[in-house]
Amino acid sequence: MIPDAHIPPGDVGDKWDNCLDGLHLLSPANKRKRNVIVVGTGLAGASAAATMAELGYRVEAFTFHDSPRRAHSIAAQGGINASKNYPNDGDSHYRLFIDTIKGGDFRSREANVYRLAQISGNIIDQCVAQGVPFAREYGGYLDNRSFGGALVSRTFYAKGQTGQQLLLGAYGAMNRQVHQGQVRLHTRSEMLELVLKDGRARGIITRNLITGQIRRHMADAVVLATGGYSNIFHRSTNAFGCNVTAIYRAYKRGALIANPCFTQIHPTCIPVLHEHQSKLTLMSESLRNHGRVWVPKQADDPREPRNIPEAERDYFLERKYPAYGNLSPRDISSRAVKETCDEGRGVGAMKHSVYLDFQSAIEEHGLDFIEQRYGNLFDMYRHICNEDPYRRPMKIYPAAHYTMGGLWVDYHLMSNIPGLFVIGEANFSDHGANRLGASALMQGLADGYFILPQTIGHYFAENDAQPLALDDEVFDAAEEDATRRIKRLLAAAGTQTVASLHKQLGDIMWHYCGMSRREQDLRSAIDRIQELREEFWQSVNVTGTSRDLNQTLEYAGRVADFMEFAELMCRDALAREESCGAHFREEYQNKGEARRDDERFSHVAAWAYCGEALPERFEEKLTFECARLMERDYR
Amino acid sequence: MNLVLRIWRQASAEVEGRFEDYAVSGISPDYSFLEVLDRINEDLVSQKQEPVAFEMDCREGICGSCSLMINGKPHGPQPATTTCQLYMRHFHDGQTITVEPWRSRATPVIKDLVVDRSALDRIMQSAGYISVNTGEAPDANTIPVSKSRADKAFVAASCIGCGACIAACPNASAMLFVAAKVTHLSLLPQGKPECSHRVLAMVEAMDREGFGNCSNHYECAKACPKSIPVSFIARLNREFLHTGLLGYEYGGPVHHVAHEE
Repeated sequence: MIPDAHIPPGDVGDKWDNCLDGLHLLSPANKRKRNVIVVGTGLAGASAAATMAELGYRVEAFTFHDSPRRAHSIAAQGGINASKNYPNDGDSHYRLFIDTIKGGDFRSREANVYRLAQISGNIIDQCVAQGVPFAREYGGYLDNRSFGGALVSRTFYAKGQTGQQLLLGAYGAMNRQVHQGQVRLHTRSEMLELVLKDGRARGIITRNLITGQIRRHMADAVVLATGGYSNIFHRSTNAFGCNVTAIYRAYKRGALIANPCFTQIHPTCIPVLHEHQSKLTLMSESLRNHGRVWVPKQADDPREPRNIPEAERDYFLERKYPAYGNLSPRDISSRAVKETCDEGRGVGAMKHSVYLDFQSAIEEHGLDFIEQRYGNLFDMYRHICNEDPYRRPMKIYPAAHYTMGGLWVDYHLMSNIPGLFVIGEANFSDHGANRLGASALMQGLADGYFILPQTIGHYFAENDAQPLALDDEVFDAAEEDATRRIKRLLAAAGTQTVASLHKQLGDIMWHYCGMSRREQDLRSAIDRIQELREEFWQSVNVTGTSRDLNQTLEYAGRVADFMEFAELMCRDALAREESCGAHFREEYQNKGEARRDDERFSHVAAWAYCGEALPERFEEKLTFECARLMERDYR
Repeated sequence: MNLVLRIWRQASAEVEGRFEDYAVSGISPDYSFLEVLDRINEDLVSQKQEPVAFEMDCREGICGSCSLMINGKPHGPQPATTTCQLYMRHFHDGQTITVEPWRSRATPVIKDLVVDRSALDRIMQSAGYISVNTGEAPDANTIPVSKSRADKAFVAASCIGCGACIAACPNASAMLFVAAKVTHLSLLPQGKPECSHRVLAMVEAMDREGFGNCSNHYECAKACPKSIPVSFIARLNREFLHTGLLGYEYGGPVHHVAHEE
């Protein structure tokens, strides 16, 4: 069952203060006696590791990359939201809160989201102090732009490389603590198991990716900051290494996974150009500040886009959603693009894209203005597509991008396993059924810099330090599980490559559990996933040994977990008999718009692993005291 | 397109390496360079042979994981392009393409095309940051920063830490890498208080790792996928000299920290 979420008392605007006031504190001398494992060193992990080390905790940070700076946070493009109201356009904590709650289609916790809005400004302050070179106006003050789902400009940015600059800030803060000996950094170390003792999270098992050595690590608490699982769709905007393994292992040890079917498909990505294409590259949502999305009114129009007159173009986002237009939220925009292409009105060789056009923006503001703002994105597009987006509109199509679902956490960001904390994309907390643009960076850094380092102290203050030896039987058992799985993968000795099996899984998920879902499809997807999983273990071909750098083995281990997790995603999508946000069930709609069922589904669905039996579904009721439940209307 | 890739294979740092030729056919000009390596690896695995180890992650030119010396050039023939963003339309049918790891004393080979770039992290750990604890920051608009200065700091900060500058340099110098961070932080008012300490500590760390010195070949800037200008090295030298004039000493006591893998 789901434990209490520990939402503090009081008005929604007072809850975070009330929580902080009620936390038990640990003296500096006692902080030094506690050690914390942080798995993942992206925005959430690095900021948490740095801040906890500053407070005096001994931190062990783990990444499977060769350097923390490679984490996929680095690829976030457009920006980070904060309700600073510098542009004086009427923004406030309340408005950021309402936009985020509504953007998530009322499937997130009010208290969490309000806290996020309250903290958002501190993040910008912190990052500027670290030397993050945000875009500035000529007067020397910070510039803002707009993102989807908002009518104000509250997004801080550094060209199309905001994630890179924020990550380098957090990386620097963590490096400072590494230098001071307060953080011990373990690179090229992949977490394979979570270790529990007396029901508490007390350690992890890792594999060194260069030597193959399996190692045990003990701590007083474990923090997972291991990102999202969009790679379950095979092709996505995520980096290749992104995976579900760490959170799936925690799930198998008893942690609840919440809303796994809430996966975001981003509307503006470079579409598949050939069969062996390995990557779907995102074109930032910020482009829709100035780019306009359209298709020719007439299907199969053979003319060059420039030669199609205004009157013969269908700017379908502006037509369908005049209030928000091209800056409609991602779930809604993605579905509109899909619908347009499904109707046969797509453009490009395979008729599966729509135009994202900058012509009118260039005419209005000039080429320099556009280059200043989006230069690196245009370059990226030109590299990949061999076309000049300054002269020809971009061709774009939706792609898997972000996962709102993740491990269940309470208001303290602790999972149902005491001592296991989950931050950033790896948890489920703040985005409901759809994340708004520029909110992922905000959430990762709010969790890492400002929330977890406070709440984890309360956990330590309430629980005395207990010694645990590395040769304890719980470590023996966990290590045995990890090595058994590696042996099994190497022993499979079949004929199919990991990539081809991953692709087959991705096809199932994309078609049956992607942008639009139906009961009978989800049922058949579950059958097909089970068959494919069996096929995987019989016919996967993993070369090499476990005693050195073996990238095939790493990949196989991650895909093996996707094979199991995929079924859980489909079960979650099947059980949620409503449409909300990115979860669109064709049976529940009002002429193409999602139809929520607040009566039956105003809750978080959290799943518990039950061994051979089917997973059990629990509900955490969502109540709305501050935000008024309404139909999400961007028209 | 039909191509031959002549790839450096080396099982580990302890054993000798050699070139092996791999023929691939039916390559579309729209393939990225890494997708050709994917194809070769799929074939190798199907034949129960060990695939070529190479590093990559984001495949959109920002994480800095990918490397490769392609026909003698870091990240291949295109200017301002990472290997993952390099497309086969820049090669011709029938071409033999040589693929090697990035070699320098401070970045030894781990396996095949994978090298150890942890020296770059250790340089950053020495002082590549502004010392500010979470919670200490004043309001973000308290200190205005001129747009031109902020933009220039951004250019310096856009380094992706790939190491192409080192691979391209005949001295295997990491000066452009260090210069980019020193420039980024010294241009901003927030980075000023630690300027002197930072430049000294980072140059010391660089030397300790066994990187060479700059003798003005400018190959680094040419190879840089993010077009970090070589003028930043002049700024690094200026900062370094200025620090000397202030009485700071190069080679003072050094604080070593264990870095675990």
